Amino acid sequence: MLEPAYYEKADEIIEQCGRTPSALISIMQGIQEEYRYLPGELLTYIASQIGVTDAKAFSVATFYENFSFEAKGRYIVKVCDGTACRVRKSAPVLDALYKELGLGRKKHTTDDMLFTVETVSCLGACGLAPTMMVNEEVHPAMTPEKAVALIRELKGDGV
Amino acid sequence: MTIHNEQELAAARQAAAEELAAYDCRILVCAGTGCIATGSQKIYEKFLELTRDAPGVTVTFAPHEQEEEKRYIGVKKTGCQGICELGPLVRIQKGDSAVQYVKVPLNRCEEIFNRTVLGDEVIESLLYRQKTQTFVQPEKIPFIAKQTRVVLENCGKYDAESFEEYLAAGGFRAFRKALLEMTPEAVIETVDESGLRGRGGGGFPAGRKWKQVAAQSEKTRYVVCNGDEGDPGAFMDGSVMEGDPYKLIEGMLIAAYAVGAAEGYIYVRAEYPMSVARLRHAIGQLEARGLLGENILGSAFSFRLHINRGAGAFVCGEGSALTASIEGNRGMPRVKPPRTVEKGLWEKPTVLNNVETFANVPNIVLRRAKWYRSMGTVGSPGTKTFSLTGSIENTGLIEVPMGTTLRKIIFDIGGGMKNGADFKAVQIGGPSGGCLTEAHLDVPLDFDSVKKFGAIVGSGGLVVMDGGTCMVEVARFFMSFTQRESCGKCVPCREGTKRMLEILERIVRGEGVLEDLDTLQEIGEMVKSMALCGLGKSAPLPVLSTLKTFQEEYVEHIVDKRCRAKVCQAMRSFVINPTFCKGCGMCAKNCPVGAITGVRKQSYHIDPTLCIRCGACKENCAFNAIYIEA
Repeated sequence: MLEPAYYEKADEIIEQCGRTPSALISIMQGIQEEYRYLPGELLTYIASQIGVTDAKAFSVATFYENFSFEAKGRYIVKVCDGTACRVRKSAPVLDALYKELGLGRKKHTTDDMLFTVETVSCLGACGLAPTMMVNEEVHPAMTPEKAVALIRELKGDGV
Repeated sequence: MTIHNEQELAAARQAAAEELAAYDCRILVCAGTGCIATGSQKIYEKFLELTRDAPGVTVTFAPHEQEEEKRYIGVKKTGCQGICELGPLVRIQKGDSAVQYVKVPLNRCEEIFNRTVLGDEVIESLLYRQKTQTFVQPEKIPFIAKQTRVVLENCGKYDAESFEEYLAAGGFRAFRKALLEMTPEAVIETVDESGLRGRGGGGFPAGRKWKQVAAQSEKTRYVVCNGDEGDPGAFMDGSVMEGDPYKLIEGMLIAAYAVGAAEGYIYVRAEYPMSVARLRHAIGQLEARGLLGENILGSAFSFRLHINRGAGAFVCGEGSALTASIEGNRGMPRVKPPRTVEKGLWEKPTVLNNVETFANVPNIVLRRAKWYRSMGTVGSPGTKTFSLTGSIENTGLIEVPMGTTLRKIIFDIGGGMKNGADFKAVQIGGPSGGCLTEAHLDVPLDFDSVKKFGAIVGSGGLVVMDGGTCMVEVARFFMSFTQRESCGKCVPCREGTKRMLEILERIVRGEGVLEDLDTLQEIGEMVKSMALCGLGKSAPLPVLSTLKTFQEEYVEHIVDKRCRAKVCQAMRSFVINPTFCKGCGMCAKNCPVGAITGVRKQSYHIDPTLCIRCGACKENCAFNAIYIEA
């Protein structure tokens, strides 16, 4: 069981999105925006509230890439791995971030829960490739050096 | 606030036009995703601050209580002004004349304000420059001048969030005409006659689709807009959604009236938060004015519009997967027939069109089919937006008539290859498309011509590649994308993409055999003909098209173990050039496997048998003494 506050928040989001099976994805998005992940217990609760089975809720949640059952860091760094960014050398940017934060293809979040590094297929700012996104902010024309400098700057903020 | 009827709409338009005309100067700051990323939000705030502090200047958004000798200056956030590479972009508009500034730094806003906004000077150093020539008027810049902007006509010229500016620019004239002067049948007929084809990639005639929905016996119908622009390297639809949201909605309103739908949905991909915000804002504005809701403009027509956000599944760009996702299910395509026009959203007849398709509709209704057919080719009338990216001088958002050649797009509009590099190929249509080469530069691009070369126009992503791009690696990259995004429902796609990826990975690792090429071809053809949905069917195209046009590169990778672009890690070797090496030892220090040895102040050496080709030495060499040998 999670703390009661989680269920209250869930109720609030369900009210906003509508207590119907078709609102499942919107509700999960709301929860994830709030907690940066989708706690499994909460998903079971949502399923019962909107009248879908647990199996259905989990099958939908696992289908979409955006949903995560693992807690994510405070800063979610998404490095664009789209065609345009790749052509303009995005891979070294990702490698530099992995190296700086001690992460890799298997480990996405730092132990202090500050950073999560993921790749994304396209951020739609291809004109400024290579790009990356930190939470909702897009950073253009990245280089490994700029990426590392940004991480260090954010670390400074975080302490 | 509500606009009850035709007269009130005309009055609102009149008021909006007067308001717009009253400005002495409008500072138009580009607020597209690209420019926001280069800091245009801060530029916008700076201009707001400057206008607030300047003596004798009043910033106002409703300059009706005009006093004499005061100047009215508006600071506005617009949609994409196009030249994303040179952001942040600022356009200073005084009446009909405009000055376009590029790469505007925050610390020069004050100068712009004093010299160009308050004065009438042009600041030379902030202008767009091509070789020795500079351009003042944005419409004169070759990148813009050589385009034909219909869908993007308002992008960059008006406040993207303001309903009034959209109205003043002529918005909702088409909807008014359709609703009050035309029957639904006549609207469909006009769209059909125009020859408008679906801009999402398939190119299915929109008019025919609408006709089929209108002919269904089931009376509950839906209009759905596909804004799930998932192709890497494509951002046209996002630019329309954030740059001219009202135009998209007007197109959907006309479609809804034509097919008798009372409810609609816009499905926007999760990675476009700004599109979602602008559309939400626009819907709110239109609801407040009664242009969305019950009995619009006093007619019997009612329409409600909702936004659904995607959750990171590329396959949701496929029609039946998209409707499944709106319903709250896993976004998986289903077997067709029945088609979406018969049983789409909630098993009801559904018009499902792409963003750009809907955004074309208002102009078609207003200016008629014949006008639309005057642009483009016979089989593919009208214009097409493309996002031009990659190794090219001017990256950005463009719109050209169908049938324009790649040469014109890349060399005239795009300004040619970046740093004068050699043109190698252009990837068109993203993971569902293919590569076109030098031989195709003069072919008029339209839905049918591109198909003949084993590619598709797709949604319109154009990624230009130079000699530094390895085509085998590009094919591998796209295959890894489609393999990851394969929903897994049908075997040909799920297994086929997996096996093709394995083979491609083997080839770039230098472990391929010549038979692999036949196998790739065979599996590719099989997936193409047997996969369940359009995405699966087109998934092998990047491989099949490069196999055809760049076969010698595949063979080189397999037989000679050589990658001419020096991209594939397994096939490159790092060598130290003794004339540049200062013997500092940085390379040896950074080598993770101890493959580099040497004596300080003398040239170092890399042992190729120990080297893992990671490139750490090259990155850390301050003298550029390390180079890659293919």
